[in-house]
Amino acid sequence: MSELVIEGLHASVVGREILRGVDLRVGSGEVHALMGPNGSGKSTLSHVLAGRPGYEVTAGSVRLDGVELLGLPVWERAQAGLFLALQYPIEVPGVSVYDALGESMEAAGRERRQVRELVGAEARRIGVDEAVLSRPLNVDLSGGERKRNEILQLAVLQPRVAVLDEIDSGLDIDALKAVARRVAELAAESGIGVLAITHYQRLLSVLAADKVHVLAAGRVVETGGPELALELERTGYAAYGGDQEEAAEPAARLPRPLV
Amino acid sequence: MKLPPAFSADAALALPGPAWLRERRLASWESLAACEAPTDSEEIWRYSRIDDLDLARYGLGGPAHAAPIDPASLPTGVAELLSAAGPQATVVVSRNGGEASVFNPQPGLSVAPAEERPLGGPGEPVGVPSGQRADAWVSFNGAFVLAPWRLTVSPGSTLAHPVVLVHWLDAQAAAVSPRLEVDLGDGAEAHVLEVVAGADVPMLVVPLSELSIGRGARLGFGQVQLLGRAAWQLGNQVSRVASGGALRSMTVALGGSYARVRTDSVLEGEGGDSELLAAYFGTGGQMHDLRTVQHHAAPHSRSDLLFKGAVADEAQLVYSGLIRVEKGARGTNAFQTNRNLVLSEGARAYSVPNLEIEDNDVRCSHASAVGPVDESQLFYLESRGVPAAAAERLIVLGFMDDVLERFPVAGVLPWLRGAFADKFSTRRPH
Repeated sequence: MSELVIEGLHASVVGREILRGVDLRVGSGEVHALMGPNGSGKSTLSHVLAGRPGYEVTAGSVRLDGVELLGLPVWERAQAGLFLALQYPIEVPGVSVYDALGESMEAAGRERRQVRELVGAEARRIGVDEAVLSRPLNVDLSGGERKRNEILQLAVLQPRVAVLDEIDSGLDIDALKAVARRVAELAAESGIGVLAITHYQRLLSVLAADKVHVLAAGRVVETGGPELALELERTGYAAYGGDQEEAAEPAARLPRPLV
Repeated sequence: MKLPPAFSADAALALPGPAWLRERRLASWESLAACEAPTDSEEIWRYSRIDDLDLARYGLGGPAHAAPIDPASLPTGVAELLSAAGPQATVVVSRNGGEASVFNPQPGLSVAPAEERPLGGPGEPVGVPSGQRADAWVSFNGAFVLAPWRLTVSPGSTLAHPVVLVHWLDAQAAAVSPRLEVDLGDGAEAHVLEVVAGADVPMLVVPLSELSIGRGARLGFGQVQLLGRAAWQLGNQVSRVASGGALRSMTVALGGSYARVRTDSVLEGEGGDSELLAAYFGTGGQMHDLRTVQHHAAPHSRSDLLFKGAVADEAQLVYSGLIRVEKGARGTNAFQTNRNLVLSEGARAYSVPNLEIEDNDVRCSHASAVGPVDESQLFYLESRGVPAAAAERLIVLGFMDDVLERFPVAGVLPWLRGAFADKFSTRRPH
């Protein structure tokens, strides 16, 4: 059994505190939904967990099966069993999904040769076109293709815990069902713990959550069962302070230096 | 320009060859001697290391250096590149700019010492684009070339297999001037790979490649530079494209200490097309110096340039490019893109695009970029569990791939990918 334990997590972006003491536990095979108004820190939390540069952790801990992830480089967190499906998967020209997953599997001591077969089998399950696989990662892909591609990588890598950042945005209902079904299977069959960040109850109508958490102003302010999501759908986030100022990603806020 | 005794007119005249060649050497020597010595205060030499050149450190490469070499004794990397071009490729091997051995001749192709008839017909030599002063190093090559080689493809012929010319250079502390002339008759089609490779000894290499592309002819031309770490190169590649002709040329620069290639492509016939590509990777203290001129002298011509590469350690890259559109060259389309990855704090890339447009009815664009590996791409790959060093390698080699894929000679792509991967692995980790 695996468990991701987040305790008292505080983090800032460009000197502004976004996370103000997050506590969460996600165990093997559990599906947790994390909801909340715009600007509440949901995406920041996902990036801080993965170790994206530009976020400063000021307090707290994140342990996966007892291993402290904070302070580890990004790839070591992934190798420790954490997967992040990005809201906006990034284009990597000239690098295919086979290249990336092959390197990752090799680093994990898995047989690199298996990557084609595993990716091919997973592509058929989720409905990713063969032609997409040989293209550079996320280059010239539609939003829906990118999201399916994230779930494909999740399934091939078989992490212990997966954080899905708005995996439902940009998906039509068929794609949403295909993606949600696969995530549910991975939780049930492979015991992957899932933390699904979403704005909408829509995802939870196809992906049954064991627990629903509300993040507001950088803290988990309420936790309940699936009924909490239904209630939020009716009442909105007004009770939690409504939408907060959007916290842009630091990469977008800081000009890139030209050398 | 003041020349040391080893490069005197008498030294040029003493080189062997037919009378017409010796006369041309003298004429080139005279224009070389009349040149101002190049300095980095000129725009075309800005950022270069030309001020560090000391000709007196070199002797003149001559017949004594040019004994034929058995292709089987070429280093592994060069041999692998040769075999990548396929077993049926015509292979021409010349040592230190001398007489060449020819293997696998093919119909429609003649490989022979250059003849008196100037390449591309009467008028200015191909190496001196119209309206311009000869580059000093074009003149240097003309003065000291030992045995110019000409590949002639007869009009209307399509060569079934590529032609590979290897310049193997191993003359210690000598200046050598390899020359290749490619003459594509009207309607001909050919793919040529020129390899400039050398031993790890100090040398000055002054290569000149002249490409004459006839009406409606199509030439794919790839030049791969694999010189040793102590070599200096001052190279020129000059092409002339007649009406309806098309050139795809690619320069691959991997070796050398200071290695310059100036590429001039003149579109002198209506509807001519030139696609100019380069891929380079510098490590240690290397400097690759690439200068281009896309010269549109006729209407409805098109040129498309993409130069990409990376610098690591303390390596430097200079790119400067000029799109020149003459009055009357209406309907010109000209594009120029230069992208550089800077992989360490100590490495530098200078990218200077320029436009010079005399006609109104044209479409031109240029773009240039210099920067480190994209942080968000690194994050993305690492978030999949790809170790940081492997992620950087994938991104750098992926960055090169779209230009490498366009290499004009089929079969060479896997070799190129391997060569860039090897080059990446020789940089110092940071």
